[in-house]
Amino acid sequence: MAESTAAPRPAAIATRGLNLWYGDFQALFDVNLDVRQGIITSLIGPSGCGKSTLLRSCNRINERLGYVRTTGSIEILGQDIYAPEVELVQVRKQVGMVFQRPNPLPLSIRDNISFGHRLHARGQRVSRARREELVEDALRKVLLWDSVKDRLDDPAIELSLEEQQKLCIARLLPVKPAVLLMDEPCSALDPKGTEAVEELIWELRGEFTILIVTHNMAQARRASEETVFMLIGKVIEHGLTEDVFLNPQHRQTADYIEGRYG
Amino acid sequence: MTTAPMELFAGTPRNARDHRVEWLVRTLLGMMTALLIVPVVIVLALLVVRGGSAISWEFLTTPPVDGMTAGGILPALVGTVWLVAVALVASVPVGVAAAVYLSEYAPDNWLTRSINLAIINLAGVPSIVHALFGVGAFVLFFRFGTSILAASLTLAVMTLPVVIVSTRESLQAVPRAFREACWNMGATRWQTIRRIVLPNAVSGILTGIILEVSRTSGETAPIMFTGAAFFLPFLPQGVLDQTMAMSLHLFVIATQVPDAPDALPFGVALVLISMVLAMNALSIGFRIYVRGRKKW
Repeated sequence: MAESTAAPRPAAIATRGLNLWYGDFQALFDVNLDVRQGIITSLIGPSGCGKSTLLRSCNRINERLGYVRTTGSIEILGQDIYAPEVELVQVRKQVGMVFQRPNPLPLSIRDNISFGHRLHARGQRVSRARREELVEDALRKVLLWDSVKDRLDDPAIELSLEEQQKLCIARLLPVKPAVLLMDEPCSALDPKGTEAVEELIWELRGEFTILIVTHNMAQARRASEETVFMLIGKVIEHGLTEDVFLNPQHRQTADYIEGRYG
Repeated sequence: MTTAPMELFAGTPRNARDHRVEWLVRTLLGMMTALLIVPVVIVLALLVVRGGSAISWEFLTTPPVDGMTAGGILPALVGTVWLVAVALVASVPVGVAAAVYLSEYAPDNWLTRSINLAIINLAGVPSIVHALFGVGAFVLFFRFGTSILAASLTLAVMTLPVVIVSTRESLQAVPRAFREACWNMGATRWQTIRRIVLPNAVSGILTGIILEVSRTSGETAPIMFTGAAFFLPFLPQGVLDQTMAMSLHLFVIATQVPDAPDALPFGVALVLISMVLAMNALSIGFRIYVRGRKKW
């Protein structure tokens, strides 16, 4: 992991002076964060500290709630995604999101995977073979192909939770995002499922920039390269995971990691 | 290991009192439920016993004769079907579209809230008031005259709020997670609605519509000034014709035709309620079928 610091990578997500309000309640305070490209960064902190809010700002899904107000900027791959000329649909294509609870669409396994691609390839002729190939590639990448290849037409909801969560990751891939946001992707899974999904996320590093919110200290520690600690809407500490865990620079970080609150 | 003393498990007077209260509450609630069912059963039984003799194939397929004291009810039956069908054609597209807008697009602000409030209030407007509105708007202002069109549009306005509310409820029963999943793959709102939300809400929407049909077919006040006729020996040929209707026919022969045989009004009522119950049964059956297929 230390090598990654030797040649600093450019930031895939860069927030500058980011403030966010839900109505009158300010949830983020002046967040300046650089999430470096191609690595896994975990976002930790006690409940209500703004981790999920920050994550959800990065693909502008917060906007659906009418009462959210944002100031400052978020740059994804160097582009301010809150700029007026930015097309929301393109932001969502670049920035995929995985939720706490697996949320497969009420479609077959196959259609779940090709859903995003179908949306964006409208008007183009895409051969059946090409589509099958996309489905297979995506499922292989999330290590799901072997267990589902004979039942691609079954409803996705019949898969186990672990498989569903893998499917939710897989269905983002045909859209070819650069950034994957994950909001506690393992919290609904049993320990075995958690391990499997963690392993998968680890496999995907390098190819995607992954920002993952977690409540699980052990998970942050073993499955991320950098760690960001947040407290009441502010970023307190950001560094290499091993540094944050072994040698935190702030009292609050140390207290949280040692389980004194949270 | 020693055995625990029996006193630990033996009942106390307090327990006995709780049991009595429990019994009392259960009996009371059960009686209230029975009270609810009894009128329905009595109405149905009465209709079958007193009107059953009037029902025959001829009754359903011939027009009334002899000053409506004999013959059948065909024009009324056909007229009700016309009225309901035209009302549906008018109210369903508008109602579903409005519900989709309110549920999927409208921001949560004072305007949306007041629209929702207006819809609820519209549902509470008495049907006779709708009738007067129908006369003013459709019969006179739009010059449809007293016709199926005017009557059906009046019915449509009256049922619109119910269509909107039931559609909106079905839409909102589709989990939010599905929508978020779609948006996150870069789907627009319309793509999300068309591919995921509507297909999963359609059963609920249809159920609501079928229930609406059953309600509409029994309405009397909104049609009696706008398009339903006292007596017409022939069937309507188009939407600008007047028509007889089951509900009004029942009213007329029960109150205006003193020498009608006893079984006749009961027979008409029996046919009308059978139509309504058949619709309800269809809607319930449909719901059961869809629920069995539901994947989430």
